[in-house]
Amino acid sequence: MIEKEALESLRVEQFAFDEASEAAIPAILTKYPEGRQASAVLPMLDLAQRQMRRTTGSAWLPVAAMNEVAERLRMPPIRVYEVATFYLMFNRRPIGKFHLQVCTTTPCWLRGSDEVVAACRKSTGIAGWGETSKDGLFTMTEVECLGACVNAPILQVNDDFYEDMDGPATENLLAALRHGDVPPAGSALGRQGSAPADGRTTLLGNGC
Amino acid sequence: MLADRDRIFTNLYGQGDWRLAGARQRGDWGGTAAILARGRDALIDEAKASGLRGRGGAGFPTGVKWSFMPKKSDGRPSYLVINADESEPGTCKDRDILRNDPHKLLEGALIAGFAMGAVAAYIYIRGEFYNEAMRLEAAVKECYEAGLLGRNAAGSGYDFDVFVHRGAGAYICGEETGLLESLEGKKGMPRLKPPFPAAVGLYGCPTTVNNVETIAMVPEIMRRGAAWFSALGRPRNSGTKLFCISGHVEKPCNVEEEMGIPLRELIEKHAGGVRGGWDNLLAVIPGGSSVPVIPRAICDTVLMDFDSLKDVQSGLGTAAVIVMDRSTDIIRAIARLSRFYKHESCGQCTPCREGTGWLMRVMNRFVEGRADIEEIDTLDKVTRQIEGHTICALGDAAAWPVQGLIRHFRPVIEERITAFRQRSVRMAAD
Repeated sequence: MIEKEALESLRVEQFAFDEASEAAIPAILTKYPEGRQASAVLPMLDLAQRQMRRTTGSAWLPVAAMNEVAERLRMPPIRVYEVATFYLMFNRRPIGKFHLQVCTTTPCWLRGSDEVVAACRKSTGIAGWGETSKDGLFTMTEVECLGACVNAPILQVNDDFYEDMDGPATENLLAALRHGDVPPAGSALGRQGSAPADGRTTLLGNGC
Repeated sequence: MLADRDRIFTNLYGQGDWRLAGARQRGDWGGTAAILARGRDALIDEAKASGLRGRGGAGFPTGVKWSFMPKKSDGRPSYLVINADESEPGTCKDRDILRNDPHKLLEGALIAGFAMGAVAAYIYIRGEFYNEAMRLEAAVKECYEAGLLGRNAAGSGYDFDVFVHRGAGAYICGEETGLLESLEGKKGMPRLKPPFPAAVGLYGCPTTVNNVETIAMVPEIMRRGAAWFSALGRPRNSGTKLFCISGHVEKPCNVEEEMGIPLRELIEKHAGGVRGGWDNLLAVIPGGSSVPVIPRAICDTVLMDFDSLKDVQSGLGTAAVIVMDRSTDIIRAIARLSRFYKHESCGQCTPCREGTGWLMRVMNRFVEGRADIEEIDTLDKVTRQIEGHTICALGDAAAWPVQGLIRHFRPVIEERITAFRQRSVRMAAD
């Protein structure tokens, strides 16, 4: 697995930031004091990964992109590799167009994340974690707590949280994605944020 | 029940406008310059007098923490770092502040930053909160355009910047020194203390790390006064708190309530009660995954604050209440947390790196019952060899849920082991 990852990650030999990414770089770099540009390594790697999604349909980081970030930030490449391998959100091999990140930590599990996992498997044909469906549309990753526990279970698709999910809601969501629709993120029950499902118990007065 | 007029987070559910115009209507950014005009010492004293304790889990007195910052600069700038790396299982309160009340946080950043003499605040927000980070960035932009941040912030004569920094998926970055390492562009491996961040923090400069909720409460405390805040709750446990109620309740939700509210009242008033009624309750993890589980008998009467929960050998932590009814396989529920900590250990300290994996593997065997009864004591002993023997509190956090399970549910584990034995014997006989 690791060897396979390394090979794929080297397959893309060149990476350069495109015009859209270049436009975003100054705003990133000015956040940090002079001489502290290494602080920008997470946002720069994220920018590179987003460019990969925009230009290739797959949000991942080839080694060439890490090298480019190292060069830009005047960091030894190994420091960038260390970071890219430490943080979970950097994908070091190509992934599907839709990254299904299923939370299975206890609060989600108590509310039925097993059903969400099963529905993802059934709809995509993916057998194991980290794998991509044959059509290249979906990659399934098991993730730890996403921090939306009162709206559990959560299925994160790319940047969006789909909340209060169950088996049928998951199947409907994946069917929509397959047809090119991206349904609005948020609660499958249509509730307002983290409020109780049938309405607020507080903040009921005027002006709130 | 806490009256709406005493609630700080009046747009908790996003029922109103999160933008500056809406925030101003709710009272945010009102008289900020006058608050700063009271001076640093007065603000720190007000924070101390309010009794505000950090809302990120440890509950350290906020005003006292601020007072550790240098009064005069030795040439190095000071920083405020706001911890928005919300990842403790069960916890989802900061998310609501970031997306629905971002201006409370930004005004709080200015006031707290001024009180500690910081030149800027960095808000470190977990990478998965992409949409929340975009909203926060938009709110920051509004503040700069309105003159509330930057030079002469809010007309106070004080220059103050706020920067939003996104993480990239690592629970350990919620630990304050792991967060600082990450913000400097490194792996998020916690630092040995001392030196404490107030002496040597971000970029080697004096730094205070505060939780989102803590900072977002500051403007209202300064406006209404310490006496108002400290009159709510109980002594040493004052004010209001955001509670996250998840798991087996009829209506999971976040809610702001008074500190010290009885757990049962919290669940029944706001979350529609335990699924199947209070008698169907098995246990509650009252403060996020790191604190020990408490069984139903304790849940009947316990109050939700730092000291009450400490008295029952648990903790308020982040006030994330994970409710489990009698259908729950409690061993599996805790074993999943052991897997969480194993996954999130940064690997720097041996007791945690090796210990979390060990806990997970033994806990997984306990789920099946494939173990010896004596191993329960061995497991307990191992948790105590991890606890207190690591640089940061992740080791403790991995140990406590297992200790809580053994303390309160030993008979369940024993029963599971015995049943597995009997099954094996029967199968051998067949």
